[in-house]
Amino acid sequence: MSKVQVIIRLKNGVLDPQGKTAQHALQALGFQEAAQVRIGKFIELELDGANPDQVNTRVREMCEKLLANPVIEDFEILGG
Amino acid sequence: MRVSVLLFPGSNCDRDAIHAFEAVLGAEVNGIWHKETDLKNPDLVFIPGGFSFGDYLRSGAIARFSPIMEQVQAYVARGGYVMGVCNGFQILCEMQLLPGALLTNKPIKFLCQDVFVRVEPNQSPMLQKLTPGQVLRIPIAHGMGQYFADEATLDRLEGEGQVLMRYCSAEGSLDEASNPNGSLRSIAGICNADGRVFGMMPHPERHVEAELGSEDGLILLDSVLGILDRVN
Repeated sequence: MSKVQVIIRLKNGVLDPQGKTAQHALQALGFQEAAQVRIGKFIELELDGANPDQVNTRVREMCEKLLANPVIEDFEILGG
Repeated sequence: MRVSVLLFPGSNCDRDAIHAFEAVLGAEVNGIWHKETDLKNPDLVFIPGGFSFGDYLRSGAIARFSPIMEQVQAYVARGGYVMGVCNGFQILCEMQLLPGALLTNKPIKFLCQDVFVRVEPNQSPMLQKLTPGQVLRIPIAHGMGQYFADEATLDRLEGEGQVLMRYCSAEGSLDEASNPNGSLRSIAGICNADGRVFGMMPHPERHVEAELGSEDGLILLDSVLGILDRVN
């Protein structure tokens, strides 16, 4: 069993109203240093019976096919 | 005149669409469950609004892989006509049958209100009964309707007449106040390169009878069904 984490971020230049709202809330709470907040996704996968050499390639395929939308998102695979 | 309305778990505008096409416009309508693999030989495939698969992961991301969607891909490849409204538009973008993506509304609120859209100069066979500049009042109901594409794609869409409608004021002018969700270049609806695949965020199927507030949606859907004169 291998565990792989994927981080999905909105691309630079894509407006993130959710991050903006959280940033404003942080500033309202006194965290003036919160200059920018961007909110993405964290996905944790457990892969059963996967060939360790192919884990990265397979997870990359999963991201390209389903988990991320290349029009608006970048992904990063951690571990695996 | 046959319209196939696709049904996903979480679709919630399918009944309105079936009513508009069947009872108001007089078309023969088949509701097609997403697990089916027969489109029933339609003249138009209509992908309704709602929250297919709970909008999990991204709006439209899961619906895209339903069994019926392979048939829709093949139907488009054969030159078939497809219209997607709201979640249907999001699904068409996820399928890459239309360029771009729909993001969370700029004011980060779910917006449920009437808006005005202006018909843009275009070559789509689906809007030929409408006049460029014509303003329609049609409701929106979405949390993720902010149209996004990179600058090069936006320029290409505009250059090729693929921007079919923009959010506007009642008089038809474009300004930030009339662009409810912050869509880039106020884009409310687009088509693919040959004009046969059409996606829009506002819901024309909700404005097809005067008793329900407006018939502007009927004007639009009647134009879309105008393609049937051509194919029959």
